Amino acid sequence: MSEPSPAAPHPALTTLSEEEEMFRKAIRDFAESEIAPRVAEMDRNQTFDTDLVPQLFELGLMGIEVPEEMGGAGSTFFTSILVVEELSRVDPAVAVLVDVQNTLFINALLRWGSDSQKERFLPRMAADTVGAYALSEAGSGSDAFALACRATEDGDGWVITGQKLWITNGNEADLFIIFANVNPEAGYKGITAFLVERGTEGFTVGKKEDKLGIRASSTTELVLENVRVPSENVLGEVGKGYRVAIETLNEGRIGIGAQMVGLAQGALDHTVKYVKEREQFGQPIAEFQGVQFQLAQMATQIEAARLMVYNAARLKDAGKDFVNPAAMAKLFSAQIAQEVASAAVDLFGGYGFTREYPVEKLYRDAKIGSIYEGTSNMQLQTIARILLK
Amino acid sequence: MPRAQRRIGEAEPGSVRTNRHGSHRDQGEREVLDYGLTEEQQAIRELARTIADEQVRPRAAEYDVTGEFPWPVVKKMAEVDLFATLVPEEYGGLGGTMTMNMVLATEEISKACGGIALAYAGTALGALPILIAGNEEQKERFLPQVATGERLCAFAITEPEAGSDAGGIRTTALRDGDHYVLNGTKQWITNGGDAEIYTVVALTNPQKGPRGASVLVVEKDTPGFSFGKKEDKMGIRASSTRELIFEDCRVPVENLLGREGTGFITAMKTFDASRPGVGAQALGIAQGALDLAVGYSLERRQFGHPISSFQGVRFMLADMAMKVEAARALIYAVSRHIDSGARARPTMYSAMSKCFAGDMAMEVTTDAVQIFGGYGYMRDYPVEKYMRDAKITQIYEGTNQIQRDEIGKILIGEHVSGQRRGR
Ligand SMILES: Cc1cc2nc3c(=O)[nH]c(=O)nc-3n(C[C@H](O)[C@H](O)[C@H](O)COP(=O)(O)OP(=O)(O)OC[C@H]3O[C@@H](n4cnc5c(N)ncnc54)[C@H](O)[C@@H]3O)c2cc1C
Ligand SMILES: Cc1cc2nc3c(=O)[nH]c(=O)nc-3n(C[C@H](O)[C@H](O)[C@H](O)COP(=O)(O)OP(=O)(O)OC[C@H]3O[C@@H](n4cnc5c(N)ncnc54)[C@H](O)[C@@H]3O)c2cc1C
Repeated sequence: MSEPSPAAPHPALTTLSEEEEMFRKAIRDFAESEIAPRVAEMDRNQTFDTDLVPQLFELGLMGIEVPEEMGGAGSTFFTSILVVEELSRVDPAVAVLVDVQNTLFINALLRWGSDSQKERFLPRMAADTVGAYALSEAGSGSDAFALACRATEDGDGWVITGQKLWITNGNEADLFIIFANVNPEAGYKGITAFLVERGTEGFTVGKKEDKLGIRASSTTELVLENVRVPSENVLGEVGKGYRVAIETLNEGRIGIGAQMVGLAQGALDHTVKYVKEREQFGQPIAEFQGVQFQLAQMATQIEAARLMVYNAARLKDAGKDFVNPAAMAKLFSAQIAQEVASAAVDLFGGYGFTREYPVEKLYRDAKIGSIYEGTSNMQLQTIARILLK
Repeated sequence: MPRAQRRIGEAEPGSVRTNRHGSHRDQGEREVLDYGLTEEQQAIRELARTIADEQVRPRAAEYDVTGEFPWPVVKKMAEVDLFATLVPEEYGGLGGTMTMNMVLATEEISKACGGIALAYAGTALGALPILIAGNEEQKERFLPQVATGERLCAFAITEPEAGSDAGGIRTTALRDGDHYVLNGTKQWITNGGDAEIYTVVALTNPQKGPRGASVLVVEKDTPGFSFGKKEDKMGIRASSTRELIFEDCRVPVENLLGREGTGFITAMKTFDASRPGVGAQALGIAQGALDLAVGYSLERRQFGHPISSFQGVRFMLADMAMKVEAARALIYAVSRHIDSGARARPTMYSAMSKCFAGDMAMEVTTDAVQIFGGYGYMRDYPVEKYMRDAKITQIYEGTNQIQRDEIGKILIGEHVSGQRRGR
């Protein structure tokens, strides 16, 4: 194969720019040296090592699209996707913290924030502040717009009351985007996005959930009791929060796709190494055709998913319509991640079932991909609606 | 919030129309396939179901967290004579259609907890070599206490370097006067440390490789026999999995099952009879998860409707139910075949029942979590445990790849009965 000509009008999706390549390499090194040794323990203890967070900031992973003059990396959405993928190869639970920060929080701020909001918040986000994105409630998951959280106008601000469930980064975040309805009669047209600081009176973060997977990532309840928020903290327009939610999630889904691709790649990497070492019947199990074909299937699935994810991300950066490709990328990546992680456990045999080896965790982690940021059924619904429009 | 562990529409076995599960809401009467179970089989199923409902389900989450051995539940199983299903009448058991009985009981308990079920099903596995290869004296010596549930059993073949390639075992049992002296390590033995009767495959004639293997009964507390640490596992955490360590462990020659050198034939016959049990464990786990998913889909409302009203959800449930029923039909058919005493070895069909059911359980439990949405991912809800538990059924008693390998080899006539030696 020859090198692609630099003048080629359409580089391959997987051909990385110099900057992209640089990010990827830096993250891979970091993930392997700093994160890998802690993965099992963080999973067991359900903790996110606090000293990891400043390191993520230092590496520039927490403000990838934040302009350089505000202290960010001034890079692209695609770079965020690469970062999430690379981190997920080692630990999808660490990756989701970075994912929410970039593809949901900062993304929403860049798209919907006023100039003064950007100035107030973006430098903090790039420097030391973790964000969280709070839409779901106990009674409203897929039907997110049925949310019961209420905001009422009061002087020059708003008072928010309600509860949010399963908010990623709940423990680490200092800044929250909270969706509440200002006018329930108007239905979803009352939904409004608010920027709420941790520590605001009446705002409490509940206990961390005990989960099947991504156990290091905090998933918490948020309780808001008459929380006062100044008007300048309304993100986007009053009553237009549903658009903030939909459009941010359309993009966020690509991040989850990347998380799942990275997870699957990590599982495959562990497995390839293992099958070359493990001998049965007097030979490495890698020599059995049944094993080889399973590996080949896994690699093919990952490649297909990766291309879908990269394509969706590049479409987004190019300002093209990406809603359908993003939904497909998330749906498919989540499916194959489950299959690949499951096959990885199988190929590790009994070792795969024990907690001493890394694949059982990846297998538990993988299930989340088809649940959050829109379940698989919700992706199917989006895709079908677009088809039938 | 819906946190119910509800069992829906589980009907009485046996008859086609009359059955309904009294406790559930207006689901109406759902027809249940008639598998032609005998009265005795129905009674065993009922017994196991009662144990599952009253003893197992309420404690499944707790044992999953602590990973302790469920002794109080096992005691109850023993009290109601559940272990008698594993032993012929002449040795104090119930006898009859022992494969089917074991399958029915395993299925029922696994609906509530796939891990706790292993105290029973692992004992079935461990006792099989005695039933298959033991002489009168040995059967009389060991089986009555199995029947009463006083002593649990375990079967040990796997070693660190010999999993799929069971023929690669290295544990030796060398004759010394009227004893065999065991040396070696067995890995991942279900009921290890908690069982008292171990049927152990070891080489009595190492020169001959697998043809020099024999099965010996080793009792707990025999000097030189100790246990490694308990494994920390993804699922079936109520089941103990431990290393068995033999260091100059002397076992009387009376504990040799069958002749020297027949160890692998006994092991293979053991798996022929036990794999439908793994299938039944998978089946129970899948049915349990399906029941939870059906119940949840009726309770959980989104977009102003129960999620069961969405065709996308109903189709998932329909697929799950089809797979579960197909696995059940296969497992019951194979069990019945074994119980009929048919002369041909049921190897291929046993492998199919285990492999199909294991794969099925994985798919069904994964979809059950999906139907629970975010709640499915939380340990406060029972369904994620089913998914963790299901995975093992694809791995032990021969990985599903090994089942496919055997099925394929039998199909093409390459399989020589007795031992497998790779290719
Ligand atoms: C670990 C974790 C982290 C999370 N992090 C965040 C976060 O940071 N911020 C946040 O806002 N939320 C977060 N969530 C919430 C998550 O987005 C929701 O769980 C998800 O949207 C699904 O909602 P639900 O759990 O209520 O499921 P439900 O909506 O109750 O769905 C249950 C089942 O019904 C199906 N279903 C529902 N409606 C339909 C329909 N119309 N047609 C067909 N099928 C349907 C679903 O596909 C699913 O299978 C998180 C959840 C988890 C588990
Ligand atoms: C919880 C638990 C309980 C257990 N309980 C018991 C017990 O009570 N008694 C007991 O003796 N053992 C027990 N085992 C061991 C179990 O039976 C083995 O784990 C299983 O047979 C697989 O062996 P292995 O783990 O060494 O995997 P390996 O044999 O190393 O297999 C690794 C991978 O290679 C594949 N592979 C291997 N050979 C081939 C081939 N020829 N062709 C294609 N693919 C191949 C396998 O399918 C698998 O995917 C238990 C294991 C666990 C995890």
